[in-house]
Formats: sequence, structure tokens, C-alpha cells
Amino acid sequence: MKKELIELRVNGRLHELAVEPNAVLLDVLRQELQLTGSKRACDDSSCGACTVLLDGVAMMSCTMLAISCEGQEITTIEGVSEHGSLAAIQKAYGDWGGAQCGFCTPGFIMTVKSLLAENPDPSEADVRAALSSNLCRCTGYNQMYDAIRSAIKAEREGSAVTK
Amino acid sequence: MTDFSIIGKPTAMVDAAEKTTGAGKYTDDLCLPGMLVGKILHSPYPHARIKSIDTTRAERLDGVVAVAIGKDAPKTYGILPVGHDEYPLALDKVRYVGDNLACVAAISEGIAEKALELIDVDYEVLPAYFDPEQSMMAETNLIHDHKPNNLEKDYHHVFGNPDQGFAEADQIAEARFIANEVTHAAMEPHSTLASFEIDPHTGQPGRLTVWSSTQVPYYLQHKLSLVLEMPMQQIRVIKPLVGGGFGGKSEVIPLEIIAAVAARKARAPVKITYTREEVFWAHRGRPRTIIDLKTGVKNDGRITAVKARVVQDGGAYCSYGVVTILYSGALLGALYDIPNIQYDGYRVLTNKPACGAMRGHGTVNVRFAFESQLDELAARIGMDPAEIRLCNLLKPPCITVNGLRVQSYGLPECIEKTVNRSGWRERKGKRPRGRGLGIACSHYVSGAANSIIRSDMPHSTVNIKIDRDGGVVVYTGASEIGQGSDTMTAQIAAETLGCSLSRVRVIAADTDLTPIDIGSYSSRVTFMAGNATLRAAEEVKKLIAAAAARKMDCAIGDLQFRNDTVFRKNGHANQNESGGDSRPRLSGLAQRREDALQPTVSGHVEGQILRGSLQQKRKDEFPKNSMTFEEAVVAAIDFHGALTGTGSYAPPQDARGGKHKGAGVGPSPAYSYSAQVAEVSVDEDTGEVTVHKVWAAHDCGRALNPVSVEGQIIGSVWMGMGQALTEEMIWKDGMLMNPGLLEYRSPSSVESPAVEPIIVESLDPEGPFGAKECSEGSLAATIPAIANAIYDAVGVRLYESPFTPERVLAALRARKNAKPLNLTEGIDPTAPTRFREHGGSLCFKGKGPERHALDPARRETPGGSPK
Repeated sequence: MKKELIELRVNGRLHELAVEPNAVLLDVLRQELQLTGSKRACDDSSCGACTVLLDGVAMMSCTMLAISCEGQEITTIEGVSEHGSLAAIQKAYGDWGGAQCGFCTPGFIMTVKSLLAENPDPSEADVRAALSSNLCRCTGYNQMYDAIRSAIKAEREGSAVTK
Repeated sequence: MTDFSIIGKPTAMVDAAEKTTGAGKYTDDLCLPGMLVGKILHSPYPHARIKSIDTTRAERLDGVVAVAIGKDAPKTYGILPVGHDEYPLALDKVRYVGDNLACVAAISEGIAEKALELIDVDYEVLPAYFDPEQSMMAETNLIHDHKPNNLEKDYHHVFGNPDQGFAEADQIAEARFIANEVTHAAMEPHSTLASFEIDPHTGQPGRLTVWSSTQVPYYLQHKLSLVLEMPMQQIRVIKPLVGGGFGGKSEVIPLEIIAAVAARKARAPVKITYTREEVFWAHRGRPRTIIDLKTGVKNDGRITAVKARVVQDGGAYCSYGVVTILYSGALLGALYDIPNIQYDGYRVLTNKPACGAMRGHGTVNVRFAFESQLDELAARIGMDPAEIRLCNLLKPPCITVNGLRVQSYGLPECIEKTVNRSGWRERKGKRPRGRGLGIACSHYVSGAANSIIRSDMPHSTVNIKIDRDGGVVVYTGASEIGQGSDTMTAQIAAETLGCSLSRVRVIAADTDLTPIDIGSYSSRVTFMAGNATLRAAEEVKKLIAAAAARKMDCAIGDLQFRNDTVFRKNGHANQNESGGDSRPRLSGLAQRREDALQPTVSGHVEGQILRGSLQQKRKDEFPKNSMTFEEAVVAAIDFHGALTGTGSYAPPQDARGGKHKGAGVGPSPAYSYSAQVAEVSVDEDTGEVTVHKVWAAHDCGRALNPVSVEGQIIGSVWMGMGQALTEEMIWKDGMLMNPGLLEYRSPSSVESPAVEPIIVESLDPEGPFGAKECSEGSLAATIPAIANAIYDAVGVRLYESPFTPERVLAALRARKNAKPLNLTEGIDPTAPTRFREHGGSLCFKGKGPERHALDPARRETPGGSPK
């Protein structure tokens, strides 16, 4: 298929890319931009390992055409670390055992980012409902709830200190 | 209890940041210049002879570099030495839908997929076997010619006197249990990248490097060497990050060898990554198991005898099958004290993907049957289900009737803690209707005492190197697959050497760099690689201590290593330590500051250590009470020349089991124990079961990293719950009906219960710091705990897992003597005339996938051919 030239803004950087019209965003991120943090685990948007943020909304990049994402702000897991250090949620996932094999972790963190942007103080039911878009086979999810709670607390304390 | 500075404290995994930032590389994230994409052609028939295979049209397609077929590597292999029955690409016959026929290496995935359609294969379709009990009666068209009756292996064990045991029993229960097939479905699909180097001397392709998502680099290296007919030393296997294994990556999966065969033919690096559907076809999960179980108890609760006949639907190849069927029988022992055991196990071949090892290998389905039956017997003799378990405890140290050595045994404490935490005594049987509690126990090995490759080599070897910078590098062949193996290794090394965790770097699972280790399976890593690490670290520590003692002018025995410092136990700097304060005395930095105040010849301490040993020598003329870790290391290197240590572990001879045929499987140097209480509710109108909470106590010997131990317990319980309620591979005439993560119904966060992990530490005498396994043992108890809770809730006992709404409703109706509802018959026009217990789903209303004109199911459809 003949390639088309598109511009994608990924993690704040604008990339000019030639992609096939049927290329999915996940493949373009992984193969063209070497942003391999987003994972392919199911091919049919059932597991959420490929979750990225499109204008702040969590979307599964494995079933989304790259050319349809022009003009939108794409955030991948590589764009989550703040100034080269771990964001609160990343630190908490490590400390509380929210990540074991780590393959689903980038997708979960993107989902949590999107949840917290919308609802900074989610109840456990809210968290469960939000996380149900992603699958994990290692953790049984329990330790993720602890991690998310602790990240919210850390964020809050962090912002209280700077005030 | 000894005071530790590193172990026993919740520690983030050493690779946590790589995982949470997405920076870590898994196999599919790797890329080499000129790399090709490999795609595999799979068989559409469950059983067929290959009459011809023509790849010319595919090869002519622009962008296709090579097409590999069976003739390119006509050598058999298999994970077990007794089961070499697989070709990387089928040579004469395909044996399941999904069997591997050819591999296209092309410049892009799209071209490779197109080329697959251009490969012409002529088949002669053969009758296929899907039901293990029917397959056992087969006399013609055998799946493997050398396996009469399609029987892979059968074992018949008698321990004690079962007949007498049953004669002594007051109550005997007998029933058939069925546990349907489940698979690992690890989040990372299998992936392999293979690349040949050109030999500078011959100018021909020489050494092979393979990056693969494997739990056992060493086995992969071994099988590659067999199939490619290359010496092992010419093959390097590297394990990048692995996205979960659960046993699915513990053996050589066809793509791992196919990638190398294709790379050899294409003369370019080839990467193959399975699609999710291919992962389901590759399978190697837990077989569908039919268990005919008979248990006798006395009125006082004592078990007198157990008789089990187990039939496993093993799929088309041996895989780990012989080991699985042995585990099913062997681990009837070592949990409770059972004086008489009879076991008949049959591993049967069928035309479905091969089953292999999966978390709780071989023990899970039998444990479901046993614990359910024990619950039934407790009800019959009017005893509390927790009590009957406490009546049948082993009295360790002991050797069970089937030859398993048990030393540490935390089961009583597990039962007690889980009963207390769940409020069992107050709440059991007093829940409102439709809600209930159930208890069950399980156990698992901490590594097999006998390796599947018979040899006298140690099961684990670890090397440690420390250089003048004070950095500790640990080389281990153990594979981190998400369970925390690298972190455990670093913790044990740091604890032993008294240095901080950040000082330790673990180089793991690279066959060129790391010594042989038989990998991450059967929960062996903490016990075996952990012990090897401990021994290697102790060896290095001895060298450092000798040099430090000389410097400090004291006996080696007076030295203590802690917090990056080596100090004399009775020195002044050690007063708060000997004063009984359990907290670490001074941080490394503070200690160094203190040292800097002491007079030395040069007047400097910090920063000088690399300037040369002469200055160092002058500076250190005065005996000191303590040295920093770097100073001690430099002194040791000056003294000994180099600072390396090696440790290895082989299970002791008396832990290796009895002498009977098949005795090699089951023995372990230590067993973990688990007791669980599940609270469920059952909707009697819909048959839906909800698990609200599981209390899971697990005896892991010692929790080296509590956050990881809890994670493993919760993960095991969760996976057990999946098998208990939703997960099932649904087959129809050899076709998998649900090859997707949603269709397979892996539970999501809204379906997952709260799990309260309870750590029990029995301190095993041989484990590293007393540690045993914690990753698998908890899984098996969850299924019967849920089954028993369903019985408590609504009074029906379920004999077939998963306990789907259909099965629960059928059981509820059967109890009311109502006509059983057959919910699946008649919905699907192409359905077999007889409802298979393992086929059919309420949700499936379509006609199924388009079937090939020659498909046996299509031709046999009653009432003419479907459209």
C-alpha cells in the first residue's frame, strides 16, 4: 500500500512520518519511533497493554489507525516520567508490587493517568471499573490498588509541600 | 530471630523502573539491522498426512527472502529426553489444528502473511481423536506410530495397603471430577529473534545468538543444538525481560527453533512473534483431567486410604506430559499423612495442541478433587472441614509413604491463621442463604530434586565478581520472568556481603556469561539459585574477611559485615549493635566521615583508594575498628589478587525420593504449604458465582521480600479463581472456540476478589535464610476452597471446573430433581450430535468458523452440508 506523509505529535515532539494508510498507531509507535513501551499482547483491544493517551483520553493504540491521530497530542508511557525521574504512579507501582512481569504495566499506568486526570480522588469501585479495561495475569490487581492509593497520597503531599 | 538489613524488608524489584517507564526491552522490542519478520503456516486439520508441500509461488513473491519447511530441519526434539516427538516444522504429518508447517521470512509482516496464502499443501485427512477416553481405545491411525492406544505413558503406583485402608474406613466417598483445560495466557506473546554471525575463519555462518522469551535459556540452547546439529558452545541464548511465563515458556516452543531454522535459510536475522491466537494454539497449558477419586476416612477424621485414577488429555505431543502425570500422583502425598495410596495415571494423546507445565504443574486438578472430597467426607462424619484437615497432619521431619522427605511444615499454622483471620468458626454455616465459606489446603515443591536431564551437574551455579570499585556483580542463569528472581539474587548477595542493594548488579540468563542453571520452573529459583548465590557470596566474603582481619589485626570470626562496612564485633564503633539495638548502626556515609577523622599517614582516606596499594598500605598501618566495604575489597584484591566466588546447589541425596518407577518426580528439598478460606455468593436464579474475599496463608519458609511474596500469593489465588470460575479452553472437533483473552475470560479487576495474603514462616533448615517457594503452591487450594464455599452457600457440590453459571444451574436443578437443562444443545446447527462436556457455550450462537470443504465435522453434519 502506498505510504502517506503524516505528522504525529508524540510526547510533545512533532514527527513527520510516512506510513501506510492501514498502519495502526501501535505499530508506528513501536516500529517507526522505537517507542516500544506500549505493548502488543492481543491484537484486538481486549487487553489494554497498548494503551496511550490521545488528548488525555486513554485509547488502545492497537486498533487505531495512525493517520487518524494527526493533530492530536499523543502521550505514551515514555512521556510519563517527569524530567527523567519516576512519576509518583510509576514509583508506587514499583514499591507496592503493582508490576510483576511488567508487560501490562505501561498500559495500566496510562489508564490510571487518564483516570486520575478525570477523577483525582477515585473510590475503590471507580479504580476497579477504570482498570477493567486492562488485563494483567500476574498480580491479581490487589497490589495495584495499594499503589494507586499511595500515588494519590504522594502527589497530594508533594503538591502540599510546594505550596 | 536474626536481624537482617536487606532481606525481610519490602523491596521494590531491581528492575521496577525499567518496567514502569517502558524502557525495559522484551524480545519483541528488539530490532537488528536487516532483520526479517517470520510468519508460520499452521495446519487447518487436526490430523492429516502431508502429501506434498509447494512453496514456489510464495518464494516468488517480492519481499520474501526464504520459506523454511520441515525438510530444512528434519530432527526431532522435545523437552523431556523420553519425549522427542516434535519436528520444528512438520515433516510427514500434522497432529493438531495449529501444527507448524512452514515459515516465511520476509521484509514485512504484511508480505509474510500474503506469502503464507501462496504455499500449496496437499493433505490426506485422517480420523482424529479429541476425547482422551476414546483416544485410549484407538487401534488404527495412531497419532504417533510408536505409541499404541495413543497412550503417552501410564503409571500404576501402590503405597501401603489401600484395600486394607478402605476396609478400615468408616466412610468412603467415590466420585468423578473433571477439570477442564486452561492455559497460561501470559501477557507477553512468545517471541524469538535469531541471528547468525559470520565466522571470520571460514567465512560461513557460524555462531548463533537467540533472544527469546524463555524461562529456561539452557534448555533452549540444548534443543537448538540438537535440531540445528550445532555444538552448544556455538549457540548463545539471551533472555531479555520476559512478560510472564507461568510454565508456558518453560519448554521450547516451536517458534524458538523455527526462527533459528528460518534465519539459517534466509541468511539474515529473523524475528517471530506469535499473535495472541497463535499463543493459544501453542498452548502447553494444564490438561483437561478426569479424576476418579476414592477416599476413606474413619469417624475420628483420619484418612485411611486414597485411590485415584487420573486421565489427562495431553494433546498431540509429549511435552512435559510424563512429568505432569507423575506429579498428579506423587503430590497426593506430602500434604497430609495418608498411609495408603493407590494411583493409576494415564497421559493420553489427542489431536489438540500439546499440554505442558502450568503453575502448580500436575497437582492442581487432583487437589481440587481431593479437597472437595475431603469436604464431603467431613460433612458425612459431622466434622468441621478445618478440623478434619488438622486431624491428618504429617509429623515432620518424616518421609511420606511415597518417599517424599518433609522437613519444614507450616501447614498447621497456615490453617490456624487463615481460620482466625476469616472468622471461620464464628461465620461458617451462619451466612445468609446463597453465601458461604469454604476451606482448602495445598502444597508445592521448591524445585524438583531431580532434573529432567539426568546428570550429576548442580541445578544452579552462581558466580560473583567484585572489583576495586566495590561493585558486586552476580552472574546467574536463573531467569527473571516477573517473579522477582533478580531481586531475590541481589538481596541474598547484599545481605551476605553486608553491602547495600544498589551496589549489586545481577547479570542473568545469558548462556555466554552466566553459569548453567536449569531455569525458572517448578518454583526452584529461590531455593536453588538462592542457595547457590548464598554460597558464592559466602566464598567471596571469606576472602574479604581474611584481608580485613589482617588489616584490623583481629580474628576473622570477630568481623561483621553490614551497611557497606566491615567492623569488629567488639570494637567501639559497634557499641549500639552489641548493646542490643536492632537498628543498623551508622550509614555507610556517616561511617566514612568518622573514619576520615582518624589520623592516617596521608591525611586522606576518601578518594585515595584507587591511587595505588603502596599509599593504601601506609595509610592503613594502624589497625582499625572498621573499614568501608570498598576499603575491605581493595585490601582483599591486593591480598588475594582477584575477588571472585562461585557457589552451586544440588539437592541432597536423601531428598531425591524412592526407588520405584517414576519416583524421580515429586521429591523436592522442601515443600511450601497453603491454606485458604474463600467467601462466595451464588445467585440461584442465574447460577453466577461471585468470590468476595479469599484469605490465603502461605508457608514460604522465610519471606525474603514480603511485597513479592504477597504478590505471588495474590497472583496464584487469582489465577486459581480464574480456573475455578471462568477460564476454559472450549474445543469443538479440535478447533479452539475461544482463542482470545476476552473470549477465554481472563478475569478483569471488576471480577477479581480481595485477597488477604498471610505469610507464614517455617524457616526451612536447607533453604537460603530458611526460604522456600511461594509462587505456585497457593494456586491449587483456591479452586476447591471456592467449590467448598459454593457447597456451603447453596448445598450443591460441583464436580467439574470451571463453575460456570450453566454448570451451577444444572447442579441446582439436579438437586431439585428437575429435568436437567441442556443449555447448549440445538443452538449451534454444526454442533456435534452429542454435547461434549468440554464444548459449547451459552454465548456462542453463531455457526462457528468457516470450515474447509474436507473438514470431517462438515462432512459428517447430519441433514446435508451446511452453506
